[in-house]
Amino acid sequence: MARNIIDLDDIASVELEARSRYTHRALVCSSTGCLSAGAATVRSTLEAELEQADRGQDVQVVPTGCPGLCSRGPLVRVESRGPTTTHYEQVDEDAARAIVRDHLIGGQPATEARITPEDLPFYVKQHRVVLAYAGTIDPERLEDYVAAGGYRALSKALSTLSPENVIEEIAAAGLRGRGGAGYPAARKWKLLHDAPGDEKYVVANGDEGDPGAFMDRTIMDSDPHRVLEGLALAAYATGASLGYLYVRAEYPLAIERLERAIRAAKRAKLLGRNVLGSKFSFDVEVRVGAGAFVCGEETALMASIEGRRGNPELRPPYPTERGLWGQPTMINNVETLANVPAIIDQGAAAFAAVGTEASPGTKVFALAGSLTNTGLIEVPMGIPLRDIVFEMGGGIPKGLAFKAAQTGGPSGGCIPERFLDTPVDYEHLRELGSMMGSGGLVVMDETVRMPEVARFYMEFCRDESCGKCAPCRVGTVKMHAFLDRICRGVGRQRDLQHLESLCRTVRETSLCGLGQSAPNPVFSTLEHFRDEYVELLVEDEVFQGPEALAAASPGGAR
Amino acid sequence: MSRRPARPSVPVTIDGEEHLAYEGETILDLARRVGVRIPTLCQLDGLSVYGGCRLCVVQTEGDHRLKPACATEVTGDLEVTTSTHEIREHRRRIVELLFAEGNHICAFCVSTGHCELQDLATEHNVDHIHYDYEYPRNTVDASHPKYLLDRDRCVLCTRCVRVCDEFEGAHVWDIANRGSESRIVAGLDIPWGESESCTWCGKCVLVCPTGALSFKGRSTGEMVHDPEVISFLSRARREGEWVGRKEQV
Ligand SMILES: Cc1cc2nc3c(=O)[nH]c(=O)nc-3n(C[C@H](O)[C@H](O)[C@H](O)COP(=O)(O)O)c2cc1C
Ligand code: FES
Repeated sequence: MARNIIDLDDIASVELEARSRYTHRALVCSSTGCLSAGAATVRSTLEAELEQADRGQDVQVVPTGCPGLCSRGPLVRVESRGPTTTHYEQVDEDAARAIVRDHLIGGQPATEARITPEDLPFYVKQHRVVLAYAGTIDPERLEDYVAAGGYRALSKALSTLSPENVIEEIAAAGLRGRGGAGYPAARKWKLLHDAPGDEKYVVANGDEGDPGAFMDRTIMDSDPHRVLEGLALAAYATGASLGYLYVRAEYPLAIERLERAIRAAKRAKLLGRNVLGSKFSFDVEVRVGAGAFVCGEETALMASIEGRRGNPELRPPYPTERGLWGQPTMINNVETLANVPAIIDQGAAAFAAVGTEASPGTKVFALAGSLTNTGLIEVPMGIPLRDIVFEMGGGIPKGLAFKAAQTGGPSGGCIPERFLDTPVDYEHLRELGSMMGSGGLVVMDETVRMPEVARFYMEFCRDESCGKCAPCRVGTVKMHAFLDRICRGVGRQRDLQHLESLCRTVRETSLCGLGQSAPNPVFSTLEHFRDEYVELLVEDEVFQGPEALAAASPGGAR
Repeated sequence: MSRRPARPSVPVTIDGEEHLAYEGETILDLARRVGVRIPTLCQLDGLSVYGGCRLCVVQTEGDHRLKPACATEVTGDLEVTTSTHEIREHRRRIVELLFAEGNHICAFCVSTGHCELQDLATEHNVDHIHYDYEYPRNTVDASHPKYLLDRDRCVLCTRCVRVCDEFEGAHVWDIANRGSESRIVAGLDIPWGESESCTWCGKCVLVCPTGALSFKGRSTGEMVHDPEVISFLSRARREGEWVGRKEQV
């Protein structure tokens, strides 16, 4: 068995050896955000300029995953011999030329280009586990991942840990599902492990349908091997022999990189039959979803994988009893799985040292909205919301005041200013009527009207409802209609009453989480910002009872 | 559905009264057996459970959410409450939503007087609704020589979809689109009359709870459905009544 480790070490040392020949490495973010800001041109400019100066052999230009500061992209980071690293932001072609001339050839930071301050809280306050390699390795090269320490956890598990040991380690780490509900991962793994039968499946949920969220996309396109390794570890621990990566079709880059990663891992015997020479065999397939929010719900997701219409099914039976093709199946969020290699490699204690007692570890958030710095951050669980908004996010631009932070997307809620010191973890967010969700965090300034926020999310739920159950199918239409009336300034007191009662019915009676949580944005904005609703209402017309009508009519009472 | 054990053994309390349920029985099965009324719409004995209308929701002790009685199996010492003010209000609102969603004009309907939606409205005192009508622009499919599909009256219970798939094995019907755009279509959205898989068996018409599916030539109030036929067929099939031996399921 010891051979496994040597194989990986070989790959790593060859890679590191090759790297040591370069004086500089220019890491160009090639994740979706920077690519759309022109990172491909930046990269080709760097390469062309180096070529022209005939310095291609001294400097390596590496396309990487996402370092996070998407709002200042394209990002280029120059690593020189020794520990010095310079971060460049908003790099265009001119800046790229300057970087080549002054830094990659001249050896001094290019002052013409924009350099990100080293102590920027956006970076400094992060604690990166899941995104540890995002932005420092080439996601399209297995060797890069291995050189950084990748697949060490899988190798360790296969050679020294039993499946039960792996589950125990995950349990000791206290890892909870990052897909929204925070269900303990080890408990789910144990259920699948204990389920009878040889045919079992594990699924990575990369559907990510929340508007504005891109945590899972980034994890997949910046470090695809980490997801694969996590999935393989889950399969080893639970006895599954086939895994699926369910990714929405809107994420072509993630799909391409995952598929490439699968091919590379198979070639290196990290997937497939007898992984790393052990008895463990495991295959992975990518399944592309057509981008429906509801397909992120686990039963609908399985229907979609089976090629059926993505409708949620009744639970129980839970997937670990009856899942894909009737066999026991376990679904974990992509980020949940991406935590697993770190736990197995560095141990549960190291993992649980970060975060809070009930919510150990870190959480990736997609910061968006009215903030100076937006992008992707990974922070310790329990960090105060205030730190995220005002330090990492750099506060609200244009001198505007903070109004609310929305977490949990269409299933979550809005957190007002007075709760800014709340620690961000599963329990505290739920107490505030919001939820962790998969990690979208939208900051709103004083110009935003909360009823309109509720209407926006309700419109989303209305359009994404699958239509299977009546309360969600029709209820979301009607809740949206009431909200629309109120927002347009023609709503009355009774519209608000009907809205609230309907919200309760939809929450209590809907079949799946989509309908059950669709009223949450309404509830939470009503709880914290009811005044804004009331201000928009117009006077109720006074009901004219039969007596009043009769008395008012010229003939008097009949 | 597996065969039922000889005698009921699971103690279940419904609305304060204790009963013994068969293992694997749903709350709805038990309630019906002991004469407790729980409103239903999408459920039909003999068809697979769908759980879409949500009218059968009940409170089970210790659960924070209501449960659909048609889809929830009994467990030992379960305590069920089938009707509280809150639950009745939820059900009434769902019935109202169903009316708001379609174009249900009872006065002109082939099934008036024999309509499960109408009965539910009566049961829940729905004489008007608190929501605006959607007045959707639905289409009528009159292309079949024998039957008629009027989507204005459809409540998307999918009984027709399930009976055609599970009993007739033809799977003519399915749902196209999603959410409020959902509608019943034949084949891949072709006129029903052009469907080559339709066997003209008419089971979909028999099970329809409203006037959405009807026999041609029926006038107002003349269309009487007969969903019990399916329950009967299902039981007969399960018990092997025609083949003389008990089919092992
Ligand atoms: C409407 C709806 C959408 C969901 N979308 C996602 C999603 O995009 N990604 C995800 O991981 N989980 C999503 N979930 C949660 C999944 O059903 C499931 O709980 C989760 O993938 C389990 O993984 P975890 O235990 O690792 O969190 C969604 C749930 C609902 C009800
Ligand atoms: S009868 Fe139970 S959900 Fe329709």
